[in-house]
Amino acid sequence: MTESLASRLSQRHLLGTETLSAADALRILDTAEVFFDVSRRPVRKVPTLRGKTIVNVFFEASTRTRTSFEIAGKRLSADVVNFTSSGSSVSKGETLLDTVHNLEAMRPDVLVVRHSASGAPHYLSSRVRCGIVNAGDGTHEHPTQALLDAFTIRRAKGRIEGLTVTICGDVTHSRVARSNAWLLTALGARVRFAGPRTLMPSDTSSWPVEVFDRVEPALEGADVVMVLRIQRERLSGALLPSFREYSRTFGINERRLGLAAKDAIVMHPGPINRGVELDGAVADGPRSAVLDQVEAGVAVRMAVLYLLCAEPGQAAVS
Amino acid sequence: MRIVIDPEAAERGIRRIAGAIVERARGAGDVCLVGIRRGGEPIARRLALAIEQLEGQKVPLGLLDIALYRDDAATALPAPRLGRSEIPFAVEGRRVVLVDDVLFTGRTVRAAVDALLDYGRPRTIELAVLVDRGGRELPIQADYAVRAVEVGVGERVDVAETEAGLHAVVLAQGEPTS
Repeated sequence: MTESLASRLSQRHLLGTETLSAADALRILDTAEVFFDVSRRPVRKVPTLRGKTIVNVFFEASTRTRTSFEIAGKRLSADVVNFTSSGSSVSKGETLLDTVHNLEAMRPDVLVVRHSASGAPHYLSSRVRCGIVNAGDGTHEHPTQALLDAFTIRRAKGRIEGLTVTICGDVTHSRVARSNAWLLTALGARVRFAGPRTLMPSDTSSWPVEVFDRVEPALEGADVVMVLRIQRERLSGALLPSFREYSRTFGINERRLGLAAKDAIVMHPGPINRGVELDGAVADGPRSAVLDQVEAGVAVRMAVLYLLCAEPGQAAVS
Repeated sequence: MRIVIDPEAAERGIRRIAGAIVERARGAGDVCLVGIRRGGEPIARRLALAIEQLEGQKVPLGLLDIALYRDDAATALPAPRLGRSEIPFAVEGRRVVLVDDVLFTGRTVRAAVDALLDYGRPRTIELAVLVDRGGRELPIQADYAVRAVEVGVGERVDVAETEAGLHAVVLAQGEPTS
């Protein structure tokens, strides 16, 4: 049955968008539409993943992403457990692999992993039997963020193909920028990066993007303006003279937004540094899709968990 | 292949069911129809039209996808076809008639009742089907059926929609869909 084959992802893990096929990405987005509806009903829960266990394994601080995954799992009736590294055996010197093997011995179906080391989820995926979802690894990838961004764009614009998406800010440290660049180009969008040279990777030649070191030309005609957070915790003073300086030359405000398409939407993965990378009036304005992104996050993560909880080797029949 | 319902019989049967639905509450009143995707969809559309012709009043029509509510959902994941449910009206306190093509084990109807209750609390839920083929595994029965048929072990019932209308056939084991 070809339909049942097409209904599952071609891989057991979601590690990044660079290795995600366009067909798998569309399968996730289409499935998320169903769960988006579920989250707007009076009873925002379906019994589908009853008896499944999902563990959020977060070695790095996060409230939004962890909460979003937790709500997503609970709306599918899975049991969701949160593991945070502070106050755990990690602080007693346990290695990452030992920690994860211990969690795996409790027989979860999916581990949702966030780690400050790029590649950590990929490393774990070849060493565990359960599914792994990358919830952000260092400066590498954050696939569910890119998928929820794609979902938000598709709902707002009716399509992704042919759109111009400008991603501006601290690209070097941004896993959101990387995951979006791969995903959105695979889905047919044109992606532009804009930011100060010091915050742009030294070699972007292998990336499917157009790079600008000034924000104005990058904004011209853009359908989507995606603003990245200036990551204070990852920046050393040498890369950026001051936040005021950054805001003056790269911050997105009403005036700069005027260069984009008339119906352009503004996105931000959060948390926002108001008045630094994004003006407060724009963030709260009619073109802001920031809260739509958060709502989409739950639907997209429900879709990912649903599709990854398939029993290995068991074909679904209607 | 054995034809059990041809388009003419389907039209006649659906008109009869429309009459029975209206009769039960002495009018279409607050009745609304919910077709179970995907087989129940064409039957629900025709039934809505038949009630409208009878009563001169439009009947709200919704569609329910039950893939997320199947009792084998967690072991047969992901469902081969996951579709959207569209219930564009409040079911709270209403008289809902669920509509499906074939009633067999009753498991689909059980899932549909659970799914519907997550949209609100209807006053009553009734069940209308095109074919009742027996073989129930749960204590569920149809309130209205166009036709009940005897089906042998290994045989299956197929319902198809063509330009001429609805057809229901019984196929032997392994016989390809017509």
